[in-house]
Amino acid sequence: MAEKILMKGNEAIAISAIRNGVDGYFGYPITPQSEVMETLMKEKPWETTGMVVLQAESETSSINMVYGGACCGKKVMTSSSSPGVSLMCEGLSYIAGAELPCVVVDVMRGGPGLGTIQPSQSDYNQITKGSGHGDFHNIVLAPASAQDMYDFVDWGFELAFKYRNPVIILSDGIIGQMMEKVELHPAKPRMTEEEILKVAPWATVGKPASRERNIITSLALEADVQEAFNQKLKVKYRKIEENEVKYSEYMTEDAEYLFVAFGCSSRICEAVVDELRSRGIKAGLLRPITLYPFPYKEIARLAGQVKSMMSIELNLGQMVDDVRLAVEGRCPVGFYGRQGGNIYSPEEIVEQFLKFNNLK
Amino acid sequence: MNIEDIKRPENIVYKRPALLTDNVMHYCPGCSHGTVHKLVAEIIDEMGIQEKTVGVCPVGCSVFAYNYIDIDWQEAAHGRAPAVATATKRLYPDKYVFTYQGDGDLASIGTAEIIHACSRGENIVVIFINNGIYGMTGGQMAPTTLIGMKTATTPYGRDPKLNGFPLVIADMVAQLDGTAFITRQSVHTAAAARKAKAAIRKAFEYSSKGVGLSFVEIVSTCNSGWKMSPVDANKWMVEHMFAKYPVGDIKDVLAK
Amino acid sequence: MAFKGVIEVDTNLCKGCSVCIANCPTDSIQLSRAVNSKGYHYAEMKGDACVGCGACGVVCPDSVITVYRVKIQ
Repeated sequence: MAEKILMKGNEAIAISAIRNGVDGYFGYPITPQSEVMETLMKEKPWETTGMVVLQAESETSSINMVYGGACCGKKVMTSSSSPGVSLMCEGLSYIAGAELPCVVVDVMRGGPGLGTIQPSQSDYNQITKGSGHGDFHNIVLAPASAQDMYDFVDWGFELAFKYRNPVIILSDGIIGQMMEKVELHPAKPRMTEEEILKVAPWATVGKPASRERNIITSLALEADVQEAFNQKLKVKYRKIEENEVKYSEYMTEDAEYLFVAFGCSSRICEAVVDELRSRGIKAGLLRPITLYPFPYKEIARLAGQVKSMMSIELNLGQMVDDVRLAVEGRCPVGFYGRQGGNIYSPEEIVEQFLKFNNLK
Repeated sequence: MNIEDIKRPENIVYKRPALLTDNVMHYCPGCSHGTVHKLVAEIIDEMGIQEKTVGVCPVGCSVFAYNYIDIDWQEAAHGRAPAVATATKRLYPDKYVFTYQGDGDLASIGTAEIIHACSRGENIVVIFINNGIYGMTGGQMAPTTLIGMKTATTPYGRDPKLNGFPLVIADMVAQLDGTAFITRQSVHTAAAARKAKAAIRKAFEYSSKGVGLSFVEIVSTCNSGWKMSPVDANKWMVEHMFAKYPVGDIKDVLAK
Repeated sequence: MAFKGVIEVDTNLCKGCSVCIANCPTDSIQLSRAVNSKGYHYAEMKGDACVGCGACGVVCPDSVITVYRVKIQ
């Protein structure tokens, strides 16, 4: 039986990185995710797996260290929280533009500006709509438990290398700080240099006589060259949208009312569905697990089945725009959210649900 | 002896380095970048480390350095090359990793990255081209622009009240415990270029010794930005730039 | 011992910056009257004073000069 350990979501990220053969972590302290780097430093993986862990001088620097590591075909990652992720957006754009694999964890807090250090889901737009300049997408995974935090690191690298694309684990202060049992799957070794050459023949690790020089760049001064590259990205994004959408459903089979919620909000909404069902109201929940690609098709399908939908988010209403795009007016779409680090109770959501649907 | 008898392969005493590609350099006539590129190409070839060398280019005129030297290259965001090189070197400690940065890139937007790479003692080489101006964007003031120097954004000359003072980066990073070898060179004459080459080679050698960061500043010209002929720009550099940025070694932790 | 030198300039790639001319100790380089395909007057050897010291090659930013040298008794 696999080992189960009680740990914080943030610690799960760190332990998973070590156990899943991550080569490098470059970070900068920021609440509420500092435990990621603290755990790594305490574990000293450079003495066991050889993983490099480095505290950078800023988030700007840490994402560019990720860029440098990714250029070499290594599995490299960083983590931060909302204001820090804003600083990383420049680097993310370059990583997307150079088609490099990496994993970035955003443990969201309230904003804008310095905001609060309490949990929030207010970076949805920033992360899913391209975090930085230019036409690109991050692949965005939304964990809802410490176990997800553990599992999504490895899944994230799988997707990152498959598509040569940045992957963001969009978490929040609740998931990051919450302690839960985490099942540790068998450990994976780091890639050998031979394996790296195989999966990343583009890596800049020194030019042997046997090949042309490898150049990692996102620069293309000629309009036609840049457009051809943009079109190439488009093909990649369509493929991701076709193949990588992931979501889970709770009691949707006979649902007349649907909640759409991701991350910590999806867990609160499960309790809401249970409460409404106990009152005889057929409610269900769709939890997008990938936020990009977004489960438009599945929400569209359910739009033909339910009387209404509500998007429940710890922000002013961001994902609800995507829900409306999926629904295309086929049913009413409501929203309820809290901000500033405040968290809704299931009772509060039930009350808002009844009000929106004119039910008693 | 006629000319054709002399022009035989066995009589060659100087030729284009093997590691320079056939691409025509986009630099303006007389630009110091080309000369420094050549020195770097010669050193990598002479040390036999092409297979172990990774270059990181900046944003600025030398953004296209990857078109000219036949090694693996990474193109960094503006100012971030030392961070990019840090990760590459830490993940591949047996490689030779160098950044090639101009003064706009290194001394302005990238000050945090260079200072901290120096402070951490990263075992990389930094080649810093200081021509006191932003070349690629059309000759605007750089942090290294001399007082009184006219640029597109200091059309009446740099005024310290308005624009502050020139930043003397090599002397700054020499103060940091993580740096091993700091030198300031130039490439305007054959003798200077040979000295610069020896300095860059030493920096490459130090980077495999685990003694810290090596930093080679090349005081350079930007004749287009300075609005002078290449030859006059070299004279102006000697007369004016050297006063603020004197050539010579600043720090060498392995000096006997 | 004396040396005799010759330089060979890749005239298509020379940008006529004249840094080689300023660095030549024997005043053996001049700019051509003709222009190359890019419109530059290119460097060319003049006279027979060249000793093949290589200074022009070292300082040439575009690395377009090959220098030859022989010993003459």
